[in-house]
Amino acid sequence: MSDPRPAPLLALRGIGKSFLGVRVLDGVDLDVAPGEIHAVVGENGAGKSTLMKIVSGGYHPDEGTVELGGEPRAFRSPRDAQRAGIGIIHQEFNLLPERTVAENVYLGHEPVRRGLVDRREMLSRTRQLLVSIGETELPADARVGRLGVAQQQVVEIAKALALDAQLLIMDEPTASLADHEVELLYGLVRRLQDRGIGLLYVSHRLTEVFDLSSRITVLKDGRRVTTVPTAGTTADELVRHMVGRELSSYYPDRARADDLGPVRLTVRAGGNGKLHGVDLELRAGEVLGVGGLQGAGRSALARALFGVSPFTTGEVRLDATPIRLRSPRAAMRAGIAYVTEDRKGEGIVGRQSVLDNALLASRAVFAARSGRAARTVRIRELLAAVEVRAAGDDQEIRFLSGGNQQKVVLARWLALNPLILLFDEPTRGIDVGAKSAIHDLVRRLARDGAAVLMISSDLPELLGMSDRIVVMRDGRIAGELPGGATEEQVVALAVGTAREAVA
Amino acid sequence: MQTVQRRPLSPRLWRVRPGGVLPILAILAVLLVLVAVRQPSFLAPPSLMSFLGRSAPIILLAAGQYFVIVSGEFDLSVGSLVTAQVVVAARLIDNDPSRTWPVVLVLLVGGALVGLVNGLITTRLRVPSFITTLGMYLILVGAVYLWSNGAPKGGLPEQFRQFGRRAFEDVPLLGRLPYALVVLLLLAAGAVLLMRSDFGRTLVAAGDNPRTAELSGVRVWRVRTIAFVLSGVAAAVAAILLGGYSGVSFQAGAGLEFGAITAVVLGGVALGGGRGSVVGAMLGALTLELLFALMNFYGVPGALRSTVQGAIILLAVAVSATRSSSR
Repeated sequence: MSDPRPAPLLALRGIGKSFLGVRVLDGVDLDVAPGEIHAVVGENGAGKSTLMKIVSGGYHPDEGTVELGGEPRAFRSPRDAQRAGIGIIHQEFNLLPERTVAENVYLGHEPVRRGLVDRREMLSRTRQLLVSIGETELPADARVGRLGVAQQQVVEIAKALALDAQLLIMDEPTASLADHEVELLYGLVRRLQDRGIGLLYVSHRLTEVFDLSSRITVLKDGRRVTTVPTAGTTADELVRHMVGRELSSYYPDRARADDLGPVRLTVRAGGNGKLHGVDLELRAGEVLGVGGLQGAGRSALARALFGVSPFTTGEVRLDATPIRLRSPRAAMRAGIAYVTEDRKGEGIVGRQSVLDNALLASRAVFAARSGRAARTVRIRELLAAVEVRAAGDDQEIRFLSGGNQQKVVLARWLALNPLILLFDEPTRGIDVGAKSAIHDLVRRLARDGAAVLMISSDLPELLGMSDRIVVMRDGRIAGELPGGATEEQVVALAVGTAREAVA
Repeated sequence: MQTVQRRPLSPRLWRVRPGGVLPILAILAVLLVLVAVRQPSFLAPPSLMSFLGRSAPIILLAAGQYFVIVSGEFDLSVGSLVTAQVVVAARLIDNDPSRTWPVVLVLLVGGALVGLVNGLITTRLRVPSFITTLGMYLILVGAVYLWSNGAPKGGLPEQFRQFGRRAFEDVPLLGRLPYALVVLLLLAAGAVLLMRSDFGRTLVAAGDNPRTAELSGVRVWRVRTIAFVLSGVAAAVAAILLGGYSGVSFQAGAGLEFGAITAVVLGGVALGGGRGSVVGAMLGALTLELLFALMNFYGVPGALRSTVQGAIILLAVAVSATRSSSR
């Protein structure tokens, strides 16, 4: 690569940021030259989103400086950053669907004549702007709600350009695009590059990163691992940079061959809006790990199996008998339990007591067979067995720590004696001690004959706990790995560099 | 193995916690002291019993409203439902004592049906309950005028009116025991038991966090619909008592929906659901009635009632909102 680069448009120096004492960014350096496409890659939670929010004025850095055009800047708000020439295109668009393209593009800074919005001027400027980025097909007076996703994205970009953006941040821009639309986006991105606009391109998808960028920065655990010229690296090397950490923590022993029982649950060609052609087998006695990036369909799989958003195509068999899982109640009656990812939003009823939370599923679906007193005694035993620490079982659950809340949720499901347990990020946001207690519990359940499916974004956890791992990508099973797989193998399947399933 | 440490059991009634009944008991006590100072004779057993009997309809409506509010919804239709029931009862009975029991049955079933319609429209057609029950309110007002051609017809015989205005006389200690108070105590006991049952606990859970409840197997639409049915039945009972006490008019139930909502909020029940007890809601209604009695003793114009109700709603919601956000 050529050394005499133009002076950087954006320069980040030693950026650090902590949330509630957790360091999410630490000493990150990064620069973007005019007309450069600089890709930022990393696992879930590597700090990409936080870094982009700092650049676009959403967060203040605790340490370090943001320099724009050679001058240090401290943005007080996203608006401040916009005025300085930084535009951000989020995954979720920020458009008014009932308004026209032009109205959206000039929202908040409409051209004005004699105190009124000059619609004609606004339309003609929007047309010029669209033509200048090669979007001649897009009518400036069309309602945004009628446009497709790809065209809405163009409107977002035009909106940033109307504010004279010199630097554009694109956060997973292809996440919601169809394949042929991705090609169109490539063209647009290159035309922006020709205009001398610097681009920060955040993506999980390595193919795009290699197609578009000139340099790549890898983030891991809030630190910059490396910045490399795209031409001088390979996908395998990037994946190694993205992972490569020691498996230091302790995990309970995996299942032995004689722990494994019969196949409990079978999915054949299962599909719905978010899942396509899913084939899956879950055996009694095993922990099946499910890996993949956010939005790859992992939670959708658990939700399909639990009847929240059921499969619309394909077949599910329970112990070889076809079964329809149309609602959580149906799944619960079939012996399936589901511990959700969003504990606060859909795992607990915050203002109710520990006891009421633990009894919720039993009360809702199963009449107390041996009397309500006996049921309460049993729940108290379960709460003790999972080692919930609370001031009393009439304490409101929202005052408990995340780990203790999760244990109460577990007790709720264990009370139903489930045959199949679906865990979605069971240890997210939980302290280390409670984490290993939950790991032990999950393994104990499997050893006692339960079939466990465990979704985890925490790669060491996924590898340490699973007897078998399936990795999902774009709503499909991208491949299956044995228990002793490496982080590289999982990430390679998740981002799509490994084409074939490695079994 | 770590066991759950259990706090020594103390009566639930006395513990200060959000949604508990202690604050409303304190307010009630203050009002009783004020009444004792101004009008000591009011607290003599016979007069107090009559007061409790008169308050029975609004207390029952508050209990009905509680079920709906704690599940996360509203029921604005109860006032006009009471009016409709009274007018319908008068016309159906038409002063014929032998029709009393059949008409009581008709009213109860009618109240349940109105609640069922409210509930199904809210939960299955996803119309916000505020709108659903406002619509039902207007429909009932219009329908009852239409059906009676603008003036109530028929009349209620003594057999019907006795529930609302007769009492067991010469009861030791109490002096008299209004029938309405007996009805109230029986139904209140039922409401307390219901809230301790599996249904009651899932109802509160559905109001607290419907998504969690749904994912734990609660049919949220079903428990909420049942709450509306209970509110409709409570309105029917209130209509029977009120028809007996104050007779037939188009004003029989006017404003009762807001009285009930004020009472529930005053009793420490969170608007939006998930917190508060049915005992608190009923004590809230009693407190509100006592407050109105007190205003009367001090010569405050009755026209200020609705102003006071509005102020109570705003104050109670503001207090609970700031308290819960500061936690």
